[in-house]
Amino acid sequence: MHHASLDQSRFQELVRKKWSISLSLTALMLTIYFGFILLLAFGRHVLAQKVGTYIPLGIPVGLGVIVSACVLTGLYVRWANTVYDRSVKDCIESMKR
Amino acid sequence: MNTTTFTIGQPNTVSIIFFFLFVAATLVITYFAAKKSKTASDFYAAGRSVTGFQNGLALAGDYMSAASFLGIAGLVALKGYDGLIYSIGFLVGWPLIMFLIAEPLRNLGKYTFADVVAYRLRQKPIRVAASCGSLMTVAFYLIAQMVGSGSLVNLMFGLPYEWAIIIVGVVMIMYVLFGGMLATTWVQIIKAVLLLGGASVMVFMVLSKFGFDPSELLAEASRRYGQKVLEPGGLVSNPWDAVSLGVALMFGTAGLPHILMRFYTVPDAEQARKSVFYATGFISYFYILTFIIGFGAMVLVGQDVISKLDKGGNMAALLLAETTGGTMFLGFIAAVAFATILAVVAGLTLAGAATFSHDLYVNVFKSGKTTEEQEVRMAKRATVALGVVAMALGIAFKGQNVAFMVGLAFAIAASGNFPALLLSILWRGMSTTGATASIVVGSVTAVVLIVISPTVWVDIFHFQQAIFPWKNPALISMPLAFAAGWLGSVLAPEPDATRLYEDQKVRNYLGVGVE
Repeated sequence: MHHASLDQSRFQELVRKKWSISLSLTALMLTIYFGFILLLAFGRHVLAQKVGTYIPLGIPVGLGVIVSACVLTGLYVRWANTVYDRSVKDCIESMKR
Repeated sequence: MNTTTFTIGQPNTVSIIFFFLFVAATLVITYFAAKKSKTASDFYAAGRSVTGFQNGLALAGDYMSAASFLGIAGLVALKGYDGLIYSIGFLVGWPLIMFLIAEPLRNLGKYTFADVVAYRLRQKPIRVAASCGSLMTVAFYLIAQMVGSGSLVNLMFGLPYEWAIIIVGVVMIMYVLFGGMLATTWVQIIKAVLLLGGASVMVFMVLSKFGFDPSELLAEASRRYGQKVLEPGGLVSNPWDAVSLGVALMFGTAGLPHILMRFYTVPDAEQARKSVFYATGFISYFYILTFIIGFGAMVLVGQDVISKLDKGGNMAALLLAETTGGTMFLGFIAAVAFATILAVVAGLTLAGAATFSHDLYVNVFKSGKTTEEQEVRMAKRATVALGVVAMALGIAFKGQNVAFMVGLAFAIAASGNFPALLLSILWRGMSTTGATASIVVGSVTAVVLIVISPTVWVDIFHFQQAIFPWKNPALISMPLAFAAGWLGSVLAPEPDATRLYEDQKVRNYLGVGVE
């Protein structure tokens, strides 16, 4: 194939950036989820502490894990739709030249 | 409050009418989809015409099975908080699909995930190994769905088990055979909307009894059944086992063939990532609904009534539907649950058929030299064959304990499919030997460890003690699969594949030359 005209330094930087974002977000999700599991295994009394008359801490923490999954995917989509897609377009433009 | 007599288990006219309406509407859609379904890309990937939002709904539809709707609501109703832990595990795989898999899959593949693994490697060994991984995942998932559906329908309507299996099998074959991916996608979308809508109405009716304050509902549950229902219970007793289950659920989601296949239905990587975002949102919302439905059933129906009808609590959501909305609403929710089974089974069958035709027939037996007509014809034959096999297995496994099969499917997906897929995307040095070894080692260890684990060795074979102590093998089998992939690639490097990596990168990240 003929990608000779591709601006290599710009392209490699784009790929590096994509994976640093992707892997950081992955690490964050793994930390949140397995942190939650370990808390269930070793810190059950923490989750049983009440934050209201009846509601224990476990309820907001569990819902928080669900919300964090949505927020992290949302952040990635926003980054990819703006920053990443623009860089991709630039790279493709540079190939045509 | 609990003196109501329930009509569950008797043939319910409303339910039968709703179910026939659903089947009629989806078959009309299948008829129109059939007219547009000509090429292989139409059959496997709906002509890549699905939008991100539609695919998000369809992905959610594929993932929200009747087992997770009725099962998790039942788990919450009987065990309280532990049900939430379970559903969180099923959700957290989705962000990983987004960050690691969705865009590369869309840009590098055509119809199956083996396309991506085989992109710069030798086709035949990869396709054969990947097909085994895919087909095992699909088969175990399918058996669990079929057996679950037979018993559920029997409990819901009093319809004989075998009849339920045959109805599900025949209608599902019609969707896939005539309408391909386009019909299957629309079945998923309609089912997802009905399920989310029905569950929302139920939650609305439950909360209306508690002044629209969810904490009042939880407080009532605590007053009646003790504070323990709001706290983590015995689900996480062995931390290693719990982490291992977490690994299987998280990475297994990113290795389920019928989920991965959906990313080929959208036109580009941008729509692929949007579809994961929508799917994550819908699935999160769904699990929050099931959590409230579970507590609603606990309080408004009562645990004794729920467990009397079904030990596992599977009827909790349906009992709650009857309590809050009468026979009419029960009929609607039961029909939606039946429709849900149909849709999930259709998605699985299509993924299995694609593996048979695209991976094995076209790329292994015919070495890539076939016409599109031949490929589609073979995929259709595989659809019918898989449908018949699914019905036969469903009937053969009647009354068996198949609950472990979903866990097994996730463990194989996490160990056999996911590591090879991720390594081939990320690692320049991946070779054919490495990828094949990764798939084989991952799937085989997952299966062997489950067989000698308490779930099969003790519960099914009735031995005194399990050889492998955990119920979930992924914490061992997934790292082994990565190690095998690395070792195989280092011992048998493939300079051609390494050289092609730069080309793969250009297509992967810039979308140049994408199908």
